[in-house]
Amino acid sequence: MPQYLVRFVQMHESFRTAELEALAVLVGVKIEVMKYDKDSPFCIIKLPSEAAARSIISRSIISQAIYELWGEGPTYKDLHTSVREQSSSEWAKYEKTPFRFAMDSYRGTRTPSEQHTIMESFSYMGFSGPIRMKDPEVSFRIFEDYEFKADVPKYYYLGRLIAVSGRHAKTTYDLKKRHYISTTSMDAELALLTANMALAAPGKLFFDPFMGTGGFPIACAHFGAVVSGSDIDGRSIRGTGGSARRGQTGKMDVVGNFTQYNLEGQYLGAFVSDLTNTPLRMPTDNARSGGGYLDGIVCDPPYGIREGLKVLGSREKYGDEERAIHEHRFKDPNYIAPKRPYSFTAILDDILAFAVNTLVENGRLSMWMPTANDEDIELVIPTHPSLEIVSVCVQPFNRWSRRLLTYRRLSEFEVPQGVLDGTTKEYEKGVKADELNDFRRKYFEGFKEFEKMKLDSSEKKAEQIPPDSKGVSGRWREKSDR
Amino acid sequence: MKLLTLNFLTCARKTCKSAPSSFPLHPREAELEVVQADVNLAFLKNILPRLMWGELRTITGELGLPTLPDTAPERSALFTAAAAVSETTTPGVDPEAIDAPEHPAPVEEPEETPTQTAIDLHRILLETCIKEGKLVCGNCGHEYAVKEGVANFLLPGHLV
Repeated sequence: MPQYLVRFVQMHESFRTAELEALAVLVGVKIEVMKYDKDSPFCIIKLPSEAAARSIISRSIISQAIYELWGEGPTYKDLHTSVREQSSSEWAKYEKTPFRFAMDSYRGTRTPSEQHTIMESFSYMGFSGPIRMKDPEVSFRIFEDYEFKADVPKYYYLGRLIAVSGRHAKTTYDLKKRHYISTTSMDAELALLTANMALAAPGKLFFDPFMGTGGFPIACAHFGAVVSGSDIDGRSIRGTGGSARRGQTGKMDVVGNFTQYNLEGQYLGAFVSDLTNTPLRMPTDNARSGGGYLDGIVCDPPYGIREGLKVLGSREKYGDEERAIHEHRFKDPNYIAPKRPYSFTAILDDILAFAVNTLVENGRLSMWMPTANDEDIELVIPTHPSLEIVSVCVQPFNRWSRRLLTYRRLSEFEVPQGVLDGTTKEYEKGVKADELNDFRRKYFEGFKEFEKMKLDSSEKKAEQIPPDSKGVSGRWREKSDR
Repeated sequence: MKLLTLNFLTCARKTCKSAPSSFPLHPREAELEVVQADVNLAFLKNILPRLMWGELRTITGELGLPTLPDTAPERSALFTAAAAVSETTTPGVDPEAIDAPEHPAPVEEPEETPTQTAIDLHRILLETCIKEGKLVCGNCGHEYAVKEGVANFLLPGHLV
């Protein structure tokens, strides 16, 4: 298999090979990662053909372009030797073609005259066609990979451009330019990445049970899927609750967002519902209603911090009198269904169960989930016997991180017999949000354990700060010291 | 909400889920709207085997839309291939097939044109929308309101 060089962007490192692997599954080709380092944007892969390379990268969000590898080495001398060995048979093909050479130095710079000298050193390849910087027919690039703050690159590559990535979609769907967003809308780049991980594609049906203002469905529709969604808050779908955008007034709704991107033909519409009481048909509940029907589920469930984690129901069980009031009033146009806080671990398991019920075989679930850094252990990733974990990608923040979990729905034959029988799990008990949500409590406690570690190391520093300078008056400081 | 969604929706009450009469939900006092969209043949081909055809017929009947045939059309009735390319592989063992990779290479699909059957189905599933009205459960009789094309499936306090 020929080797290719993928030029990644140097961010969201743990998503990079995961995205390529997902896209290879989608395109239906085998991919082999030959060389990858999370500290470098250059990755060498093996793919069966140039066509496969083109189809994979044209959808990729986290890479810039893919090149046919013409040579590599730790010094220019080695690079030239390698180019002569690997690609001399190709040179004749491009002898008269209008071409272009360019340089890409990661963590380093070259002056224009240095660049010129470097490019001229490849003149033995004998290209006599016109040099065309704009719209050349073939484009070559010399890559230099530097260590942080090093003077000389540690490695070099030469590649012939095959295709540029689909990263421009990030700009098209930029939240800053979207008509209607809310406070927790997912960044366009990560939403598009999520859609790629879940294999959104033309002909498929995708669903988001926590759609909000529709960021994930829009990202999936961009890749050609037909989409639908639901949310427990109807105001976010209908758009009568205003927008997070400052100064924005007037009617803005999810349909408007689809219209903005000319995707309304792929939007089935949304409905207001709660995942724990979903109206979607569950093939396991009712044998008459067929098998799974969703190709993919993408979601960012509420973590209970910026968006409350609530489901239908009441904190306390109703007495007869309260029941009678609801029975009497529920047809009232202003009636609001009661909601109660819910356990975060329970909702994660509910999402998995929902996915198992509604996904087709090999359908994917891509879901975001927060994890406190001090809890960052493999155990907390929710699992289900009918779902296989495909990838776990981490986006670290300052004090916590979140993960994108991608699962594949196994076929009935792949699930070992007997594992599905009744193990009921115990969830946090209680009625208050803090009692039900470990992550939420830690978040609002400011991740104390973590902070304490930080404090211990900088204790001396803290002692030098005058007592009044941290926003706490002397009187209160004395009190709290006692 | 486009009519296709009704093929996936039942009553939200847990006690109704197992009852056959909770699916499909019955539209009442429905105000319909047709929103034009390009025919999405790839999607129609994919979704056709997942449709509950009998229930779709019930709904189109109740809405007074043109009657659908008794049985779902075959997938092949949705399109005509412009270029006659045979999809069947040549019989016999292909020597190259033995070394073929685990995942087959993508096959370029020939240009296909949707048939009238596909266009009609597209019209019903993906262009006809319920704008206002109610969706009623056939088992418990609970009514879910549809406002501005968005159905509300939140259950009142006494039904959760």
